[in-house]
Amino acid sequence: MPLRAKVASSVSRTAAALSRAAGRGDGSVIGGWIGLKIDPELLTHLAAGRSVALISGTNGKTTTTKLTVAALESAGRVATNAFGANMPTGHTSALAKAGSTPYAVLEVDEHYLARVLEETRPRVVALLNLSRDQLDRAKEVAMMAQMWRTALAAHPGVQIVANADDPMVTWAALGSPSVTWFSAGQRWHDDSWVCPECGGAIQRAGGDWRCTTCPLRRPRPHWVVEEDGVVDPTGAWHQVKLQLPGTVNIGNAATALAVAAQFGVRPADAVMRLSTVTSVAGRYAQVERDGRLIRLLLAKNPASWLEAFDMAEAAPTLLSINARDPDGLDTSWLFDVDFAPLYGRRVLITGDRAYDLAVRLQVNGIPFEHVTSFPDALAAVPPGRLEVIANYTAFQDIRAELDRVN
Amino acid sequence: MSTEDLRIVWIYPDLLSTYGDRGNMLILAARARGRGIPVETIEIRSDQALPDSADLYLIGGGEDGPQALAAQRLNADGGLHRAVARGSVVFAVCAGYQLLGTSFFAKGSSYPGLSLLDLQSDRGPARAVGELHGVIDPRLGLPPLSGFENHGGRTHLGPGVSPLAQVTTGIGNDGTSEGAWRGNLIGTYSHGPALSRNPALADLLLRWATGAGYLPPLDDTWTDRLRHERQVAVAP
Ligand SMILES: [Zn+2]
Repeated sequence: MPLRAKVASSVSRTAAALSRAAGRGDGSVIGGWIGLKIDPELLTHLAAGRSVALISGTNGKTTTTKLTVAALESAGRVATNAFGANMPTGHTSALAKAGSTPYAVLEVDEHYLARVLEETRPRVVALLNLSRDQLDRAKEVAMMAQMWRTALAAHPGVQIVANADDPMVTWAALGSPSVTWFSAGQRWHDDSWVCPECGGAIQRAGGDWRCTTCPLRRPRPHWVVEEDGVVDPTGAWHQVKLQLPGTVNIGNAATALAVAAQFGVRPADAVMRLSTVTSVAGRYAQVERDGRLIRLLLAKNPASWLEAFDMAEAAPTLLSINARDPDGLDTSWLFDVDFAPLYGRRVLITGDRAYDLAVRLQVNGIPFEHVTSFPDALAAVPPGRLEVIANYTAFQDIRAELDRVN
Repeated sequence: MSTEDLRIVWIYPDLLSTYGDRGNMLILAARARGRGIPVETIEIRSDQALPDSADLYLIGGGEDGPQALAAQRLNADGGLHRAVARGSVVFAVCAGYQLLGTSFFAKGSSYPGLSLLDLQSDRGPARAVGELHGVIDPRLGLPPLSGFENHGGRTHLGPGVSPLAQVTTGIGNDGTSEGAWRGNLIGTYSHGPALSRNPALADLLLRWATGAGYLPPLDDTWTDRLRHERQVAVAP
């Protein structure tokens, strides 16, 4: 590594540690930022010599990254951006902090995939899904798929692992000559009715889909979720025992096994290790407070709300909505979510934009109570389980109330 | 299906539904049922024929490609034109609003619209994103418009339409006027579930569609709080 990169790496580690000591979060953004200031090519230098996997998509990337790390650790030490800092500053900081490792698994914000692909020269890129997210500023879904497709076409040597159930992801992945397909299901269809290739209508039947006017259709997947397990390309079924709730996480496990297999890790060896993952940056974490067993679920966009309802138990449920910068300032997506699965549960609402949620729930016919703070919500429910579903900054606020639970 | 039901058609949700547009259909149906008016909601996909006998039509927002496709199919279908000629009510937001005009701009070129309103749209200097508030045309007798906008287009009104509102916060058509209306047709840049913050506008559409001169009030406590909160948020 050139001297400038060494200095940059060391300063980056120190800055991150100082920031942590000062109680300013995990320091991964500021550390990476300083390192890249000193050496703009620092990420490239830090990635060189490692076998890298990138994980990107709208939803599930933090969880899938953590599951992939667990699977790959059977082969050797793995560097990763475990705190969800998924832009180049976060990647730089994570690699600087990890020191020398044979492997790296990095979660990548979908907007940064092209740049991180260029700088880290990964062996594998996993593409999970694409759906509407933070609409007032994110690239529209079709534009994102086009950006991915162009980026992948520029790196034909990279092995792509992609979700065959998502038409937008499939089309993007077909920019690459070498794709391993997995089927992880897709609960959310409202961003893929129009063919990204020709503008024709996409027709769905069961889990299958095809364009009605051009040859684009669902590829035959090599890795498939079946009941509570995963079928690998040889046809062998592996039971997946997770500590994370929901069928969506079985799909994330299938993706992790497919990525690990690209590094020579056999699914039979990897699958046991997946159950070591208990929570992901606070998500799914269970905390006991004043006799209430609180579980935190993060839901950032319509697709992930549907997944959260699937994971939550029938118990009192607190919904919290903010619309700060990281969430997107627009709350109109609330009307893309059908809250009907909550019918019959006791529902409490809070957050900066609780009134938007109140209007939505009223139209949905779901009775609710408004509370002005998380402690008020705790006081309002009897001892026992409390499910908490919140969007990004609302989730972080509640996590802070619970002492930054991991 | 009973002919006494209020029939609401949501046009092409497969193409034009980007920002919670379903909300307007849900809100109108809930507010009608709240008055004991039976409602039938009908979603017509772009590969289906558009019925021309419904009372109220909704068109949502969308990306460039789907917007151009929707214009082409609606012009070829002709159902919406026949419905408007019969006096049906149309409420269109964002890309759907642009469609109602004579032309709009998408994917780098100009496309013919439905020519149901005397207006045309082109590209603005920058994307308009944020709160959109305005004083609604006094002839409509409504409280101020409250909404959120996210669009790259600018819309120029001809003499055959009136602005829906005069902008107090945001951009709307051009930074001054916002939306347009003529007869029973209303278009607005207040995107997605625009009616969630404008229940009086929802009720106006319902009165037009049913012919009822008066609708009994509903409990709008939460909407009032939301409107007030947003009003305070944009106050200078
Ligand atoms: Zn096609």
